[in-house]
Amino acid sequence: MNQLDKELLQIKTKVEEMWTLVDFQLTSGKEALLSSDEELARRVIKSGKKVNAYDIKIDRMCENIFALFNPVAIDLRWVLAILKINSNLERIGDYAESIASMLKEATPPIEPTLLEESRLLKMFEATEAMLRDVRQAFLEENTELARQVIKQDKRLNKIHAKTDKVLMQYFQTNPDNIYQSLKVAGIIRKLERIGDHTTNIAEEIVFYVDAKVVKHKQKKKRNKDKE
Amino acid sequence: MNSVETKDVHLYYGDFHALKGITMAMRKNQVTAFIGPSGCGKSTYLRCFNRMNDLIDGVKIEGDILIDGVDIYKTNIQVDDLRKHVGMVFQKPNPFPKSIFENVAYGLRVNGTKDKQFIEERVERSLQQAALWDEVKDKLKKSAFELSGGQQQRLCIARALAIEPSVLLMDEPASALDPLSTAKIEELIHQLKENYTIVIVTHNMQQAGRVSDHTAFFYLGELVEYAKTKTIFTNPKDQRTQNYITGRFG
Repeated sequence: MNQLDKELLQIKTKVEEMWTLVDFQLTSGKEALLSSDEELARRVIKSGKKVNAYDIKIDRMCENIFALFNPVAIDLRWVLAILKINSNLERIGDYAESIASMLKEATPPIEPTLLEESRLLKMFEATEAMLRDVRQAFLEENTELARQVIKQDKRLNKIHAKTDKVLMQYFQTNPDNIYQSLKVAGIIRKLERIGDHTTNIAEEIVFYVDAKVVKHKQKKKRNKDKE
Repeated sequence: MNSVETKDVHLYYGDFHALKGITMAMRKNQVTAFIGPSGCGKSTYLRCFNRMNDLIDGVKIEGDILIDGVDIYKTNIQVDDLRKHVGMVFQKPNPFPKSIFENVAYGLRVNGTKDKQFIEERVERSLQQAALWDEVKDKLKKSAFELSGGQQQRLCIARALAIEPSVLLMDEPASALDPLSTAKIEELIHQLKENYTIVIVTHNMQQAGRVSDHTAFFYLGELVEYAKTKTIFTNPKDQRTQNYITGRFG
């Protein structure tokens, strides 16, 4: 293994550590939702600082690679992709942190009918699955799996698109629980954004492994789907 | 339009098959870089373009090599005439033990030019093209050896330009120079391609990336990959190219 490979491996290790932390933030958010565990929500919020530190560290490590090793070809694509994956992971961490804050404010447990009708849990599960799959795709450099993740985002978009209508109906029948339903709407919106960032990561994996740019094509498709 | 074109070129040093069927075309007014590990045949191939291999014992060359459409290995082509069209700059600056002026005027005098004013104008223009005029205009009669290494290399470029070649061959022209002199040579290459077709052999990957429009990767006498430089350095098609440019060869 040459020096560049060693340096790239160190970055990959840092990205994996950051990913573990972001995974924890998202899965704990769901756990906090189900168990009404305020302490867990607090831990999610606290771990945001660690995620930010990883973000800065990985940025700096990539900067050094550019300055000292002049990467080309797959190495160049990998470092470029890592910069974007890092930034997307950091955003996912931010959203997970924000979800934890909203959960705290929503004074759980969330009313069961609201939970059921908003499909919040399904949204959480789908988001978790996407993040899990994209991580596997990253570790295995599996672009087929990455492309599947991109498709999975449609599912989140569909749930999100129906949120307003579903919650309007809920407001009408449960006017005394508007506060919780507003929080649920906010959480769903953030989960949808997590889905978008996860998709971005999947697109970066396709870029660095196959040297193919799929991001604009997918965004065009997504916009069409939303229309 | 292609300036240099080769078809199925094979070169043998005795029994050693040094170039194995190289077919490629270098476009006019563009910079083409040859890269590859030592012994891959890139310099041998470059030297074919001005018939510098002819004098090596046991060399046999097959295939067609065309400069501006003319097959340079046809028997009626005079090597002296060919070298008026194809200039060469070597790895180490090799000025003649003459004055700065006479180094640049040398090719013109050898070719029989006697018009003093013409020679003076051509020397000045060549030195300007080589981005050296401002530094030497007040000491043209001084020995070329008084110049720094980088200046000597630009003097050699001016010497090559004085006979107005259409193709300029450069065999690792900056490998013996410091970073500032290297930057000057690279900047010069960018300017010169407006008027000349440049083919450069380099071991410096970043230099190939910075100066060339197209890059050819050679390995064990074969042309492995030839594409736009941007493509070679971002998404090479052949695994051997990728391994070489990323430093993972072997």
